[in-house]
Amino acid sequence: MNNVNGSVVGSSSGSGDGSAPRRNSKRPKYSRFTQQELPACKPILTPKWVISVFTLIGVVFVPIGIASLMASNDVVEIVDRYDNVCVPPNMTNDKVAYIQNNATDKTCIRTLEVPKHMSQPIYVYYQLDNFYQNHRRYVKSRNDAQLRKRSQANETSGCDPEKRTIDGAPIVPCGLIAWSLFNDTYIFAIGNKNLTVNKKGISWKSDRDHKFGKDVFPKNFQSGPLIGGAKLNATKPLSEQEDLIVWMRTAALPTFRKLYGRIEQDLNAGDVISVTLKNNYNTYSFSGKKKLVLSTSSWLGGKNDFLGIAYLAVGGLCFFLAVAFTIVYLVKPR
Amino acid sequence: MAYEDDDPPLSLHLPRPISEPHLRLDPLSLSAPSAVRHGSRAESERLASSQPELADADARLVIVGDPGRTDPHLQLAGNAVRTAKYSPFTFLPRNLFEQFHRVAYVYFLVIAVLNQLPQLAVFGRGASVLPLAFVLLVTAVKDAYEDWRRHRSDRSENNRAASVVDSRDSQFRTKRWKDVRVGEVLKVFADETIPCDMVLLATSDPTGVAYVQTINLDGESNLKTRYAKQETTSRPIGDAHPFAAGLIRCERPNRNIYGFLANMEIDGKRVSLGPSNIILRGCELKNTAWAIGVAVYAGNETKVMLNSSGAPSKRSRLETHMNRETLLLSAVLITLCSVVSICNGIWLGKHRNDLELSQFFRKRDYSDSGENYNYYGIGMQVFFTFLMSVIVFQIMIPISLYISMELVRLGQAYFMIRDTNLYDESSNSKFQCRALNINEDLGQVKYVFSDKTGTLTENKMEFRCATIRGRDYSSGKVPLQDNGGTHSVLVGDRIWKPKMSVKTDPELVALLQSKVETEQGKQACEFFLALACCNTIVPLVVETADQKQKLIDYQGESPDEQALVYAAASYGFVLIERTSGHIVVDVRGDRQRYDVLGLHEFDSDRKRMSVIIGCPDKTVKLYVKGADISMFGVIQKTVNLDIIRATETSLNAYSSLGLRTLVIGMRKLSRNDFEEWQSAYENASTALIGRGRLLRAVASNVERDLHILGASGIEDKLQQGVPEAIESMRQADIKVWVLTGDKQETAISIGFSCKLLTSEMTQIVINSNSRESCKKSLQDAVAMSSKLAAISPDSENILRGTGSSRIALALVIDGNSLVYILETELEEELFKVATVCDVVLCCRVAPLQKAGIVALMKNRTDDMTLAIGDGANDVSMIQMADVGIGISGQEGRQAVMASDFAMGQFRFLVPLLLVHGHWNYQRMAYMILYNFYRNAVFVFILFWYVLYTAYSLTTAISEWSSVLYSVIYTALPTIVVGILDKDLSRRTLIKYPQLYRAGQRDERYNLKFFILTMMDSIWQSAAIFYIPYLAYRHSVVDVSSLGDLWTLAVVVLVNIHLAMDVFQWNWITHASIWGCIVATVICVIVIDSIWMLPGYWAIFHIMGTGLFWLCLLGIIIAGMLPHFTTKALTEYFMPNDIQIARELEKYQKNAATTSEIPMSTLSQLL
Repeated sequence: MNNVNGSVVGSSSGSGDGSAPRRNSKRPKYSRFTQQELPACKPILTPKWVISVFTLIGVVFVPIGIASLMASNDVVEIVDRYDNVCVPPNMTNDKVAYIQNNATDKTCIRTLEVPKHMSQPIYVYYQLDNFYQNHRRYVKSRNDAQLRKRSQANETSGCDPEKRTIDGAPIVPCGLIAWSLFNDTYIFAIGNKNLTVNKKGISWKSDRDHKFGKDVFPKNFQSGPLIGGAKLNATKPLSEQEDLIVWMRTAALPTFRKLYGRIEQDLNAGDVISVTLKNNYNTYSFSGKKKLVLSTSSWLGGKNDFLGIAYLAVGGLCFFLAVAFTIVYLVKPR
Repeated sequence: MAYEDDDPPLSLHLPRPISEPHLRLDPLSLSAPSAVRHGSRAESERLASSQPELADADARLVIVGDPGRTDPHLQLAGNAVRTAKYSPFTFLPRNLFEQFHRVAYVYFLVIAVLNQLPQLAVFGRGASVLPLAFVLLVTAVKDAYEDWRRHRSDRSENNRAASVVDSRDSQFRTKRWKDVRVGEVLKVFADETIPCDMVLLATSDPTGVAYVQTINLDGESNLKTRYAKQETTSRPIGDAHPFAAGLIRCERPNRNIYGFLANMEIDGKRVSLGPSNIILRGCELKNTAWAIGVAVYAGNETKVMLNSSGAPSKRSRLETHMNRETLLLSAVLITLCSVVSICNGIWLGKHRNDLELSQFFRKRDYSDSGENYNYYGIGMQVFFTFLMSVIVFQIMIPISLYISMELVRLGQAYFMIRDTNLYDESSNSKFQCRALNINEDLGQVKYVFSDKTGTLTENKMEFRCATIRGRDYSSGKVPLQDNGGTHSVLVGDRIWKPKMSVKTDPELVALLQSKVETEQGKQACEFFLALACCNTIVPLVVETADQKQKLIDYQGESPDEQALVYAAASYGFVLIERTSGHIVVDVRGDRQRYDVLGLHEFDSDRKRMSVIIGCPDKTVKLYVKGADISMFGVIQKTVNLDIIRATETSLNAYSSLGLRTLVIGMRKLSRNDFEEWQSAYENASTALIGRGRLLRAVASNVERDLHILGASGIEDKLQQGVPEAIESMRQADIKVWVLTGDKQETAISIGFSCKLLTSEMTQIVINSNSRESCKKSLQDAVAMSSKLAAISPDSENILRGTGSSRIALALVIDGNSLVYILETELEEELFKVATVCDVVLCCRVAPLQKAGIVALMKNRTDDMTLAIGDGANDVSMIQMADVGIGISGQEGRQAVMASDFAMGQFRFLVPLLLVHGHWNYQRMAYMILYNFYRNAVFVFILFWYVLYTAYSLTTAISEWSSVLYSVIYTALPTIVVGILDKDLSRRTLIKYPQLYRAGQRDERYNLKFFILTMMDSIWQSAAIFYIPYLAYRHSVVDVSSLGDLWTLAVVVLVNIHLAMDVFQWNWITHASIWGCIVATVICVIVIDSIWMLPGYWAIFHIMGTGLFWLCLLGIIIAGMLPHFTTKALTEYFMPNDIQIARELEKYQKNAATTSEIPMSTLSQLL
């Protein structure tokens, strides 16, 4: 019966689908990962947990709060606002004219009484209120390349509007920040004895070493028609101009302090310090305030009760919640 | 053939679009033709019968064998295909163009462009473009890779070899595929792939039959028959230009794979051509030594290529909701920007006289003749401030969310694909994720629309019982073993065996073996002979490992026919060869050759097929088989009335068992009858107009006065685990609707066997033939359902659907009634009835009606719909539903190609929806909320700070940190949690299907959650901002140091927030969350080590102070306190189902192990 191998069946190669799938099974390989069965911990907020967490927070927070408050209390701080009182009475109507007039003498004497014993080092700060050192126009107006490298003196991009002099020469350091450098000065004395203010090391070492060049000297600085603030000693490299370095670390908030120097001797309660200051800096044009601050420091920094109160409040709240939860669980268990 | 008008559609015989991964089917071209068979008769008439004349203007003229004259100006497409989208030159512009179709990207582009204006420059150039560039780059790389793969496959496709007649010397020459032109004559050999759409001219079979396999197109492995016209088959091969005289006039290229309209002028005769005369690119020639055809469509004009455009993509419910919240966020963004710009205007107004002398503002640039510098008056400043604040606050709309969602879905898809519970052993198919953007919809499904055949059932037809001469043989339980050679055939020295054996009835076997001479025995022989030859099955002989043995594999389009032929073989009537002219049947060891004198194919009007056989004893017999209704109409009722009655009784019995029934009849044709038929048939088949109708008339004419042989019952076996799956879904409050093409009785019996229907249910049956009666039955149904609802006022139970006090309702409705309901005002009534019913069963529905029913529910409710099916008739439904699932089973892959997900078994729906769907939804919902929250916290911090910078939009946080925040600092943990976190274990989710309802109720993502989260983010941002602000007030702190503190605080806080919401901690979660915090610290340190930036070394300075650490701790505790407290409160006092299940899971398990129960127990559960 050869005709069975006819045209229909004869040429068939056989699809063989019966045996093929057995060989290459597509079954996914088993692993704990692919089956999403990795060993896992499944925390559940049980009353026990909730109450312990609240109690723990309370236990940690209240002592910290107390410690912070005590630290803050230990800090002795003398704050003296002098911008208004240092304007001669006849000029109070036009303070801006007063401060802009180069001819008038800006010297002003202030006396401060030490309320409590202050142990060294005593930090001298000036505080500006309402000065938006974080204003976008201002923050951006600097060029870090120029500050670091002498060869980049011409690099003034970003420094608008204090980029170049009228004749086009690049200003070093350029930008509004440098231009507006604070220039009030303070001389402290107790009785006849001058208190030395150490102005070395008031800036960050990292800034002195890496951000401000040792071979970069001020050039064409403060030569425009509008004087923004201090002039710089053209013979000192920028890395030694610590007031500038401090100033260039722009403050985060519109009310800020900047370190002026350190008094490295103890002051006793009742000491009367007389401060001879040069009231040069113009804050009158934008009704800013100027304050002189003498402060000791604690492990937490300066005088600030907020953190202590906040920690006490949070800790207290957690204790309260712990108690409340306990009562609720006892009174009305699920 | 599908006599019950059930699912395997006849129109599937044609090839379907190719299954290469980058191609997708066009929905319209698929759904329409498959509707043809079930739907309008006019449509089938048009396709099958006479063809309208093609006007020359609309036609393509192909001169056979002469590409030069066919296409003198080279206007027609060559055979080179190009599926690649881009070339190296067009890649960049086109890809960018496509990517910017996303509105979000345009938003970010606009912002990046704005930022380039010098007045508005908030960020540096690089920093502002980076996020967008990153996102674009990732997508572009992905696209480029995919396109490169397409290029590669195009290249190999285009360079395949084809044998083409050279028009100069009429010899076959090898050409590359891409050089084949329309009009050229090609020769294709067995097992070769067809290079372009060609009209068959001749084949190795003298009658012009060719078999093609379309496995490369649609995965169907059975053979389809194509014919060459008699006018061309007879021509000798090798002569100079045997077909040169031919002129084919055909339609212009179109995407209808099921239609082909053409005629051929040859030798002055005009012959019409139809879909059965064309073989399409991508098919393989099988069982035919060679075939010759003329190329009519080439390259991108082939039907397959025209169908390869993508389907419209679906968008997930969650993403739609997300867009609503994105709009809300935009409103918040605009509010913030307005507040800032208005305050800025007020501030400028108040200080306008100070601006010139204020050191920090200094309006003028004195180096430039005292002009204003970057100051354009208050109005303009306000405007600029507004734009700048949009730039600063831009990440309020989270750009990274879009990328994160894509990644998370990829990860979820990975786990679904790799899940061994979704792997089907029998068909060796893994789960497939074809749509990548609706994973989370799986967790919110409320309605499941299921096909029956092949979905609930296996669509592996098995012959179960027969009635012969009114006598029922249905005790066949013992599988027939290798008892002698009754069903294997000796050919030469080899044994040929059918691939499958069927359980046989011993009584019937005995009858066939010993009592052949009795009347009953003769009838039985005729019955099985009819089964063996009245079909279109092609036996394929397959080699086996055993040299002595070959397997006969019956290939055919209808699984019913396959089952019948295997059954006949098991009873000793083995079909071993079929050509167009004859078949060879081994009748219990005696090989006999029968001439096939005529064949009337199945059509949906007659619902039967018949074959005219010339027997070896020179008698001519007509065998007919068909659906009972149509058969009883043509059976001779004057004699043997009791046999007919008995047969009818058995048929009803079979039907109620859920069996598919066929009635077989025969008639001996006298010489006169035969000659009469033959001349009529010849007339009809050469008719030019209305040939299909004429042929049908001829068939009806001869199929009369039949002598009934018997009936067969074929079991469509229920898939494994279907009743359990349906029960689980019922508990999960998922309503299962079954839409089937089967008869009402079959549908109901299947409904019972898969536990969809229970005996306690009240059935509402709507089975009407007119609009009025339909309306009336619907109104009755509404009245009845409301009455029943009134009996059980316990509304809780109605909601739950589990209450025993309520009488469950089942609606059974048939396709005829639906014709009067769908798309009329009665739809509303049906909707009312259907929603109160627990189960809806629609029988005898056409594919488009299936889609209509899905649309009915989809449009009227907010509930998510899911359609699951396996056949071409389910395609429209699958595409209509929110989620379409294809079963990769017996009926080919069309449903799979149209689906969003594909899997092997119906029961996988349970793990897919209850487990993966639940997880995906829960994860994605949390991720979206978290991303909104995370970015909002950051934006609010920026906003608080802006209030203290004279509204000048300075950011304390360095610009690089702003850019990296959502890309590096916080991106990974949310993605990891979005892929890996599980609120509940697989075991719990399967055990308590009720947990699935959370998704249906939008419990994890809704407006309330969004608002709460936003309020939390405001509180947290305030804690982050104001604690350091108050602590560092009046201090020397500089902007960079404070910025670093804020950066670290926000990153730590949002990561801890995430950590608090994580359900399961495995090592990956730990690594990503804590790793991210460490990475952030490292990044901040790196940024602060760049001397060029103002923040140089700031982090080291501030980290050295105690205040920093106290602030950080205070921020974390104060920030998390509300979230923690509400979480503790709600979880304890108002726990939701999921929370309760979590606690059960944790405390009811033997506390020893935290890992999960191995899967083996799970598969038992299923």
